[in-house]
Amino acid sequence: MAYEGMIAETVRITGHNGDPVSAYVARPLGAGPFPGMVLIHHMPGWDEWYRECTRRFAHHGYATISHNLYERFGEGKADDVAAKARAAGGVADDQMIGDTEAAVQFLRRQLWHNGKVGLFGTCSGGRQTFLFACKQKSIDCAVELWGGRVVQDDLTEKQPVSPNTLTAGLSCPLLGLFGNEDRSPTPEQVDQHEAELKKAGKNYEFHRYDGAGHGFFYYDRPNYRIEQALDGWQKVWAFCEKHLSK
Amino acid sequence: MCTSIVEIVDASGAGKTGDGWIDLTHAVVSYDHPHHALLEEAITIDFVNSALAPGARVAVELTLETGKALRDALTRAIAAADKEEAERHRAT
Repeated sequence: MAYEGMIAETVRITGHNGDPVSAYVARPLGAGPFPGMVLIHHMPGWDEWYRECTRRFAHHGYATISHNLYERFGEGKADDVAAKARAAGGVADDQMIGDTEAAVQFLRRQLWHNGKVGLFGTCSGGRQTFLFACKQKSIDCAVELWGGRVVQDDLTEKQPVSPNTLTAGLSCPLLGLFGNEDRSPTPEQVDQHEAELKKAGKNYEFHRYDGAGHGFFYYDRPNYRIEQALDGWQKVWAFCEKHLSK
Repeated sequence: MCTSIVEIVDASGAGKTGDGWIDLTHAVVSYDHPHHALLEEAITIDFVNSALAPGARVAVELTLETGKALRDALTRAIAAADKEEAERHRAT
C-alpha cells in the first residue's frame, strides 16, 4: 500500500489593503509538486463544510487554501460571524478580490506548488468565483457552483456591477454546475449567463441537473441530492485534472 | 447572500445568549439560508449588540408560516398593549 498523508492547518495571509486574513490550508504530504486550488466559501461562512471541502481537494491531490472572507467581522463561530456579515450586506467585491488574490499568490509562492491554480466557490462564492475570473488573470480555471446573483439586478455599494456584464473579461476555462429547481440562480438566469459566455466565445462547460435545487452538494442540508452531487463531483475532478495538471 | 432579503431595525431591550444577557442595539430580519433548521430558506431573526463580538446574538430560524404567525401575534399583542397604555394615560 502506498503511503498516504496530509497536513491541514490554519495560516495567516496578507489580504486586501494589507489586512491580515485567516486561511485554512490542506495539502498532501510530500514534495509535490501539487496543483493548487483556492476555495471561496459560501454565504453561511468559513465553516466546517469548507474545512472538509478543503481536505477533500487535498485528498484528491490538490494543495488547497480556503480563506476567511468574513475576517473583518470579528472572531467567533461561523454562524455568528455570517450573521454579522449578512447584516452588513456581505463583503465588498473589491475586498473579496484582494483577499482571493492573496490566497492565489500564497499558493504560487510555495515550493510544493506546480504553478497552476484553480478557483472553486459555491453559492455567493460561486458568484465571487466568476467575478474574480473575469477581473483577474492569475488563475488557470474556475469552478462556479450555483453562483447566485451572477445575473444581478439589485446592485449595491459593495456589489456595484453585475458579474454577467463582465463576461468578456473571463480569463480562464469555466465549469458551471446548476440545479434546475434553484431560485438563485433561476434556470432563466443561467440561460442569460450562458448566452453571454457564448456571445463572448469563452471556453466553458455547464451542467444542469434536474431534481436538484440550490446547494445540492451540501450533505448536511436538506437540499443534498446524492446522485446529482456524485455526478457533479466527477465533473469537478475531470475539469480540474484537465486544466491544472502539468 | 443569495436572496439579499435583509431588514434591520434599531432595538432597545435585552436578549439572552448562551453566555447571559446582553443589551440590544439591532434586530436583523432576513429570508436566507439557515444554519440549523432543515429548510432551504428560513425567516431568520437575530437580536444583536452590534458593538460586541459576533457571538453577542440571539438567533432564531423559522419557517415562513411561523414567521407570518409571529407577525400576527406581534400585531395582536402590540394592539392590546397600545390599548392598555392609552387607558393608563386616561386614568392619570
